[in-house]
Amino acid sequence: MIKTEHLTKHYGTLTAVEDVSFQVGPGEVLGFLGPNGAGKTTTMRMLAGFVTPTAGSASICGHDVERDPLAAKAALGYLPEGAPNYGEMTVRRFLNFIADLRALEGARRTARLRHVIGHLQLEGVLEQTIETLSKGFRRRVGLAQAIMHDPPVLILDEPTDGLDPNQKHEVRTLINDMARDKIIVISTHILEEVDAVCTRAIIISQGRIVADDTPAGLAARSRYHNAVSMQLEEPAQLPSARAAVEALPAVAQVEVSERDARLTALPKAGTPILPALSELAARTGLKLKELHLESGRLDEVFRTITS
Amino acid sequence: MRNVGIIMRRELVSYFATPLAYVFIVIFLLLANWFTFYLGAFYERGQADLESFFAFLPWLYLFLIPALSMKLWAEERNSGSIELLMTQPITLREAVLGKFFAAWIFTAFALALTFPLWITVNYLGRPDNGAILAAYLGSLLLGGGFLAIGSCMSSLTRSQVIAFILGVFACLALLLAGFPGVLDVFRSWAPQSIVDAVASLSFLVHFDSIRKGVIDVRDLLYFAMLISLFLLATAIALELRKAD
Repeated sequence: MIKTEHLTKHYGTLTAVEDVSFQVGPGEVLGFLGPNGAGKTTTMRMLAGFVTPTAGSASICGHDVERDPLAAKAALGYLPEGAPNYGEMTVRRFLNFIADLRALEGARRTARLRHVIGHLQLEGVLEQTIETLSKGFRRRVGLAQAIMHDPPVLILDEPTDGLDPNQKHEVRTLINDMARDKIIVISTHILEEVDAVCTRAIIISQGRIVADDTPAGLAARSRYHNAVSMQLEEPAQLPSARAAVEALPAVAQVEVSERDARLTALPKAGTPILPALSELAARTGLKLKELHLESGRLDEVFRTITS
Repeated sequence: MRNVGIIMRRELVSYFATPLAYVFIVIFLLLANWFTFYLGAFYERGQADLESFFAFLPWLYLFLIPALSMKLWAEERNSGSIELLMTQPITLREAVLGKFFAAWIFTAFALALTFPLWITVNYLGRPDNGAILAAYLGSLLLGGGFLAIGSCMSSLTRSQVIAFILGVFACLALLLAGFPGVLDVFRSWAPQSIVDAVASLSFLVHFDSIRKGVIDVRDLLYFAMLISLFLLATAIALELRKAD
């Protein structure tokens, strides 16, 4: 369990984090979202015991990060932003160093080392110094470090930042694999990641929590929730189609994209419009390339909430 | 204490994983021998002692030790690895001590590599080996004092260059405090007690008394307190500014 109560951090007159309270339980993957500079990293650093809060408290598995920092850190695996590391060390030496600090010994040490090396596919680079590794491998070494002691809580600050799509996919698969029995908090500003891995999302803006919901719940706040998007075969039909769709009583607004001959019909609050639209298309002989129901656009919700 | 050992080992391995250790040792030995034989006129003095080596050692340390200590914390802060280190289950004290002891052991190793001088002087004459041993001990303590100051300066900044300059300056100030020229300035107007107080802060005064073969508890205490004080200052500086 991660618990924060009125967590606050001021740097001089600058407020980095203001009155942030939340709880995360086992099995939850919490996505921490927000624009750059919103206070995500500062919050995570306070959870990890690296930054001392100005006010409020945080605890990891019941251990207060200020009063009992060693117990809190022992229960936590943490990947700092940008996965900083000791460049001159080889991967093998570095992982052994971490295993030493995590007091892993004997058979368990061997097993954990084998597990993280295998899981993060580090076999091929064990003897390479970390500074010679690609960004993706460096991130994996950072993740290996975080999960070395099989902690119940993982806090990962932008785990996929700067990775290519394949590497992103790998990291997300890894997070999903671990999600069942752990508490995971990741920060990101990539919204697709929230859908891909998170069970819950907190949006933070200017140091404050502005939304705390499931990804679906957040998407439902979008103007596009339950909107219907249709792409026409014949761009020439666009003006007449638009007029017909706008005439439907349940449609609040129509957006047209001439570039790909697409019409998006936004519903009036809570009314389903897909049946009416498909019936309309059949009746007026519109040739459709595509017709689909939107669940809502996270990026639009994100912009609305944080701007 | 277990963690101090782990951190110390990592640091020591890192010294030798980069050219730093080799460059330091080679330059240290070259300069030490040059000072001893050329500036110190080892042969011309015609005395079987290592006076000409130990007399110049503080000035050699003045530049080389801050060059060693400048990376202790500035590098960690600059690369961000301090965040990785300090979110492991260790205390700040363990980290400060581990890094300091690694640098100190390395300094001791470099100092030990001047043993050919000791062999030479024993081959040429019959030196007072007890005094030489005492002088080596004094050199080790002097190195520790410089390193503790350097560690503190390194914790104040992300820039290794600034850490180096601050380190040289702070060490110079503590060296010169016992210099006759500096003490004369005080002597002209201040009461003797102040002159004594300034002199007692000096590296040179304490180093010289150990170097002469007199191991006084007060001199040992001076170095122990100086090292503790600057390591404490390192920890405080890091606690306040590690995340900046």
